[in-house]
Amino acid sequence: MSDWPPEELARELSQHEAPVLHWFDANRRDFLKVVGGGLVVWLAAPDPSRAQESGRFRGGHELPKELAAWIHIDRDGAVTVFTGKVEVGQNIRTSLAQQVAEELRVPVASIRMVMGDTDRTPWDAGTFGSRTTPTMGPQLRAAAATAREALLDLAAARWGVARGTLVAENGAIRDAETNRTLSYGELTRGQDLVRAVPADAAVAPASRWTVAGAAAPKVDGRDFVTGKHRYASDMTRPELLHGKVLRPPSFEASLLSLDPGKAEAIPGVRVVRDADFVGVVAPDPGTAARAVAALDAKWKETPGQPSNASLFEYLKRNEDLSERSEPHVTGSPESALALADAKVSQTYTVQYIAHAPLEPRAAVAEWSASDGKLTVWTGTQRPFAVKEEVAAALRLPAEKVRVLVPDTGSAYGGKHTGDAAVEAARLAKAAGRPVKVVWTREEEFTWAYLRPAGVLEVRAGARRDGALLAWEFHNWNSGPAGIGTPYDVAAQTVQYHPVKSPLRQGSYRALASTANHFARESAMDELAHAIGMDPLAFRLKNLSAARVRAVFEAAAEKFGWGKARPEPGRGFGIAGGTEKAGYIATCADVEIERPSRRVRVRRLVAAFECGAVVNPDGVRNQVEGALVQGIGGALFEAIRFENGRIVNPHFAQYRVPRLSDLPEIEVVILDRKDLAPAGAGECPIVAVAPAIAQAIFAASGVRLRALPLAPDALPPAAS
Amino acid sequence: MTSVLLDVNGTPRRLDAPADEPLLSALRDRLDLTGTKYGCGEGQCGACTVLMDGAAVRSCQTTVVEAVGKKIVTIEGLEQNGRLHPVQSAFLEVEAFQCGYCTPGMIVSAAALLRSNPSPTTDDIVGAMSGNVCRCGTYSRILDAVRRAAKAGSAR
Repeated sequence: MSDWPPEELARELSQHEAPVLHWFDANRRDFLKVVGGGLVVWLAAPDPSRAQESGRFRGGHELPKELAAWIHIDRDGAVTVFTGKVEVGQNIRTSLAQQVAEELRVPVASIRMVMGDTDRTPWDAGTFGSRTTPTMGPQLRAAAATAREALLDLAAARWGVARGTLVAENGAIRDAETNRTLSYGELTRGQDLVRAVPADAAVAPASRWTVAGAAAPKVDGRDFVTGKHRYASDMTRPELLHGKVLRPPSFEASLLSLDPGKAEAIPGVRVVRDADFVGVVAPDPGTAARAVAALDAKWKETPGQPSNASLFEYLKRNEDLSERSEPHVTGSPESALALADAKVSQTYTVQYIAHAPLEPRAAVAEWSASDGKLTVWTGTQRPFAVKEEVAAALRLPAEKVRVLVPDTGSAYGGKHTGDAAVEAARLAKAAGRPVKVVWTREEEFTWAYLRPAGVLEVRAGARRDGALLAWEFHNWNSGPAGIGTPYDVAAQTVQYHPVKSPLRQGSYRALASTANHFARESAMDELAHAIGMDPLAFRLKNLSAARVRAVFEAAAEKFGWGKARPEPGRGFGIAGGTEKAGYIATCADVEIERPSRRVRVRRLVAAFECGAVVNPDGVRNQVEGALVQGIGGALFEAIRFENGRIVNPHFAQYRVPRLSDLPEIEVVILDRKDLAPAGAGECPIVAVAPAIAQAIFAASGVRLRALPLAPDALPPAAS
Repeated sequence: MTSVLLDVNGTPRRLDAPADEPLLSALRDRLDLTGTKYGCGEGQCGACTVLMDGAAVRSCQTTVVEAVGKKIVTIEGLEQNGRLHPVQSAFLEVEAFQCGYCTPGMIVSAAALLRSNPSPTTDDIVGAMSGNVCRCGTYSRILDAVRRAAKAGSAR
């Protein structure tokens, strides 16, 4: 899922059985009827043969490239943008609006973004993989440019003049010769216009941006500081009931018997059973919780499930050979190793960690009595996939399901599924009334999915002069994202080994890239140390990738790498790399506190490059947040599990970064206006853990090769 | 069910609820004041923070009965006559949020801090607000916003 090349996306989509969605001419006209006329820009591929050539209609879906988004300018000039992407805190509601404003020449505040509504926005695979900025951004810029050109045509026709003297600015077309103006509303009034985006839509290069490229505040920020914004968990409907699901006592448990009598005796409670699914509905959440507690259920549990203690052996022993792909091999690492002056052969591990979005999974489901249509409001990164998931679970045709995603209380890759949506829909069906399901924190920790745990083995060798000669890298279970090395090494073997995970696992911010960067950058540091070379100098000596070099150099300069000396008990570390078309280098200054030997991160300096920056303050915010979140995974976050149970499913036991963990943070953004914009939500997290690990070693002489590095006090250095 | 009278955002609100119902649920599910958030239900994340007689309390750990006779202020009650509370303004100015889900609890906690300690040190802020989780990790901006709000308050 790392970069979504077309074949991977097609493979993913081929797993979804759904009726064909049509978005052809008739629908465009229908759309105008619904919205009451004006100008509609359709971003369909102008050349359907291109799509057929690339086989992109797999699974009945036109893929995002062909489908893209609508822009509608109504007869009063109001601008509405439709995108299947969703806002989960990464700030794309603002950055996409900026890009439309840029090309359409309207104030950002005048744009309304309709996002993640399966009935109103074009189909979209989902908001993940840092794809919004590189794909949806250009699509909307092209759509907005097309709308602007259509408005220029309208004005030219209205005035009977050539277009040459007309300019689009501030929501109006102005005739530069006479200075007369027509607002977009005056131009679109009484119109019924459809425009398709040409392949060569006249979009401005980033170097000429004025609205995009400049810091813009969150478009609806005021709603968030006043509590007015309604997340899915805040939705309410007339006659709303509250639902709660009975969870098994452990994973792999099956229901033997259920006596609902005591629960059903509680006034207002109704128990719903469907195979192993058991849930209740009640007038309020407290009563629902009491009712679930009153259910007398007998379960058959599965003994002998793995635990943290045996996790890494388990992963090594349970490789799924049917899923394994061929290793990436160049040259012969074996013979190159023989020539090395210094060798490293180490195992690195990462534990399962939880996304723990502060808004847990939540959904409100409502069935229409008149046409049997099901509407679900839920927080998810994949509204269209959730629509199919709900339709399949409830055995409904997909067109009978509508999913709407209010801006969501974060996700970090953790909300790809529609668990709460399915549960709310099932309960609402039985109740005959709208039902809300909000997972508890414990449910979120236990029944959501996790970032994969992993075992990573590195064998590498370097010559005394710093030349990296050999590189062998294996990753069990954690994932293939970011598994390749950006360093120049002729002889290498890189392989990902899939494993049938003992716990439910899935996407996470930057996927496995954090684990792969941790192992790779740690091994590089160990090699540098073994040959007595500065860790940064060693990296740069083997690094011709210019964009990676640039962030290393920028971070090192800002940090003062090689200039400042650490205070006693402190140490510096550096790490970097690339993920999701972004480039990151991070320097850490870490203190080993005395006498507790607890690790405190004092300062993080990061340099980040993601091509042309759309919203500089937004990007900065994402980098700062990724650094802080990265501290959790680096130092203390770990899911503890035993025999089919998560044993630390509470914030009191699963420690997340808090204000008291905040180091001094400095962020350098390299704005490359000559390069296409890339996403910023994921990449900046990947170098935090290795930078901290190296700093701990520099401070203490203790090499830590397992994430989390130091949930408790640091062990003494080996003599 | 017990009939209770609450003073919420300066308005008397009568409602029927089980006596042990968390104030959080009463606010959200009975009074439709959904700005106060559920994050953990265990007093560990601060998303549900409200003011009770001016002090920050976790509404998930406070029963409706305990709230009777107290002045409850939620995030919805901080704005006065269309004017944002200085802490709200400061959070907006420095964009001290990403997804915004922790924001109401953060703002209410900061408002309580500044009410009792108008010129807090960094340690004071860290001490008062480390019970509030921002999973997006915007703490440096949150710290900045609270300092700004303190400055704005002392300037008036």
